[in-house]
Amino acid sequence: MSLLRSILLRREAGIAVMIVLFCLAVGMVKPQFLTLGSLRIVLLLVPLIMIGAMGQMLVIVARHVDLSIGSMLGLTAMASGMMFRHYPEIWWPLGFALSIGVGALLGLFNGLLVTMFRLPAIIVTLGTLSLYRGITFIMSNAKQIDRQYVPSALKSMSQTSPIFGIPWIIFIAFGVALLTYWFAMHTRVGRQVYALGSNPVAAPLRGINVTRVTLLVFAISGAFSGLAGILYASRWGFVNPSNTGNGFEFQVIAAVVIGGVSINGGVGSVAGTVLGVLLLGCVSAALPLLGIPGTTQSAIYGAVILVALLIDRLVRMQGQKPATAGARA
Amino acid sequence: MKDAALITPPVLSAYGISKQFAGIEVLSEVDLDLMPGEIHALLGENGAGKSTFAKILAGVHRPTRGTLTLNGQPVEITSPIVAQKLGITLIHQEPISFPDLSVAENLVLGRQDGSALSRVPWADMVREARSLMDLLGVRIEVTHLMRGLSIADQQMVEIARALASDSRVIIMDEPTAPLTPKEVATLFTIARRLRDEGRTIIFISHRLEEVRALCDRVTIFRDGAKVATDTIANLTDADIIRLMIGRPLKEYMHKQGSKIGDVALQVSGLTTPGLFRDISFTVRKGEIVGLGGLVGAGRTDVAKALFGIAPAASGSIAVNGTVAVIADPGDAIALGLAFVPEDRAQAGIFRSLSVEQNITAAVPGKIAPRGVIRRGVEKLLATQSVARLRIRLASLRQPIGELSGGNQQKAILARWLLTEPQVLILDEPTRGIDIGVKAEFYDMIGALAADGRAILLISSELPELLALCDRVLVMSEGRLTADLPRGQATQESIMQAAVPRTERGEAA
Repeated sequence: MSLLRSILLRREAGIAVMIVLFCLAVGMVKPQFLTLGSLRIVLLLVPLIMIGAMGQMLVIVARHVDLSIGSMLGLTAMASGMMFRHYPEIWWPLGFALSIGVGALLGLFNGLLVTMFRLPAIIVTLGTLSLYRGITFIMSNAKQIDRQYVPSALKSMSQTSPIFGIPWIIFIAFGVALLTYWFAMHTRVGRQVYALGSNPVAAPLRGINVTRVTLLVFAISGAFSGLAGILYASRWGFVNPSNTGNGFEFQVIAAVVIGGVSINGGVGSVAGTVLGVLLLGCVSAALPLLGIPGTTQSAIYGAVILVALLIDRLVRMQGQKPATAGARA
Repeated sequence: MKDAALITPPVLSAYGISKQFAGIEVLSEVDLDLMPGEIHALLGENGAGKSTFAKILAGVHRPTRGTLTLNGQPVEITSPIVAQKLGITLIHQEPISFPDLSVAENLVLGRQDGSALSRVPWADMVREARSLMDLLGVRIEVTHLMRGLSIADQQMVEIARALASDSRVIIMDEPTAPLTPKEVATLFTIARRLRDEGRTIIFISHRLEEVRALCDRVTIFRDGAKVATDTIANLTDADIIRLMIGRPLKEYMHKQGSKIGDVALQVSGLTTPGLFRDISFTVRKGEIVGLGGLVGAGRTDVAKALFGIAPAASGSIAVNGTVAVIADPGDAIALGLAFVPEDRAQAGIFRSLSVEQNITAAVPGKIAPRGVIRRGVEKLLATQSVARLRIRLASLRQPIGELSGGNQQKAILARWLLTEPQVLILDEPTRGIDIGVKAEFYDMIGALAADGRAILLISSELPELLALCDRVLVMSEGRLTADLPRGQATQESIMQAAVPRTERGEAA
């Protein structure tokens, strides 16, 4: 593993260095940024993005993309919210089952459209982004699920836990990352995701069931969006048909791309993605502290994505040089 | 070997294997027995059917007719995966791999043991990959990414994969073409070792001296049929070449006598390291100069250099007696050059655009003198071209992708004729088009020369070169090896010059 690992490490080390430099730079201007308090702010900002990013990473490694995750988050959160409003006495963890299950089905529907009709994922999920959001409006009558309907046990998951008082939601996010790491690196089907993204033409020639692998990554992306959906209800205590999950895909794809997952497929690691999420979290936490108005944040996010893409392209070009030289020799 | 054949049953046998593509028979009634422990060469001109046959053995293509038996049992090789399970591996010239995965993973990927969620045994995988590399005696770090490997090393990984699944039949399709002499030597050592273990190696190559150095028996294909199988020692080079090209010369209409005028294109010392070296020739007005040779000899690279697609590193080009700088196709077009590329699907047509737009694509100045397209002019030019070249179509506004290959090719020719080129470079203009349209093309090319245009015709079809050309140049491994006037050009003389005879022989 020495070189493979060292390449990945170098990439991930790069992001880690960027995080440290960024935090130090902000800390010089605003010393209060380098406190446990702001660490808590960052860690509370990132769990939903982290969970979404794990699913998105797998989809992008397989050379697809899932733009519908924000709408899936909204729909699944709304489904559980309506369940809580309708059956206030219901055992609250059922919300997890409902949101994750519905999310997996929505993701599977994306995957079916992509595999059965050979449609490009970017168009399919652009369509379902709008479709799922529309369904959320219809089923909720465009009405918000207010705080009083969200079970307080669910809400407290975002406040505390028995372990050092670190909120459950943070443990869940890192647990999902560990699970994804295990899936991506240590299961056969996980490696097939990488193989498929690395060379979609060769994959079926090596006996990889391309349809099954593709369906699986979209279903995982949907299920993780569902988990993010129920945790949204926990974190914010309400579900709004138009705001909940709106723009989620943008933050998640930004984090994944910053984390070094290649949009050309085949390349990407959980560690890199986690670091990408953390970097994005630090940027988000620092902007208000630096007095940068919310209106500017969007532009900054966009610039961060483009820079990450440029770095990805440069690294790829470096990596390809020896290969062409070898072919010429 | 013959005696051995009597005692040992063949490992893989083909009976009456035929293959049609779109109704055209590319392989007919091939019978062949492959023995365990032999290296068996498949030889033949481009398109003779040897690669198609190899791909049928490896499950890439299904035969239209015929049966295959493995160790005496009839088998259906329906896919490359089935072939792999049966112990037959095809190694492509440039192997298909997963560049972002490690060498070790590339070796084991696709094995069907265990469930989808079963654990990936990283340590065992690396250990097994290392031992395979040791077995082959090659030094490839199996934890490295496939991406960084040379073609030679990628081939070795494929061979290791064949060994890992204990393949009894390993097919190598022109494996030596991208290799250096040293790499070829390593490959041969390994091939011999595998043979001595009782495996069968099928070796496809154009290089006679390599075949002679490595192979035990040879099967020669010509026009989709097997013409001979023999022990290599029983055949001289001259025998092999005669068998490869020995078809009767098909009668094509000969070129109209056209007046040959001044030098239109003069090429001197054109060189791009690694592709072609010291290419010098002239083409005169009214002359058709053929450029023959095997696929990969560098002919297309020279054409691309002339047209400015990939300009040569050194050397000079003069058009109509004036030295010209051709840095990009725009320069070439301005100088009156036109280039009909070989791969029309990739480099020739705009598939989804109309026939009309495709025909007028190279003359924006004519159809849109002020930047706005004049529909009338566009339509007129296209209509004239369609009539002149007898392009068969439903409508001028039809997407060109809907036309047959021959008519697409005509449309591309029409496009370039509208630029009124002085020098026309045609790269395999009749590849993949049927006989009737071919004859029309020959007429057309002849007529263009009679018009006073200089024509450089790249073709792998010897009868085509012989029928049309005033002179035939031959390239082999990046060099010009012959310049034959019409009287001296024969199938034998062209083939003699085309078959590589370099110092590579000593590598074996």
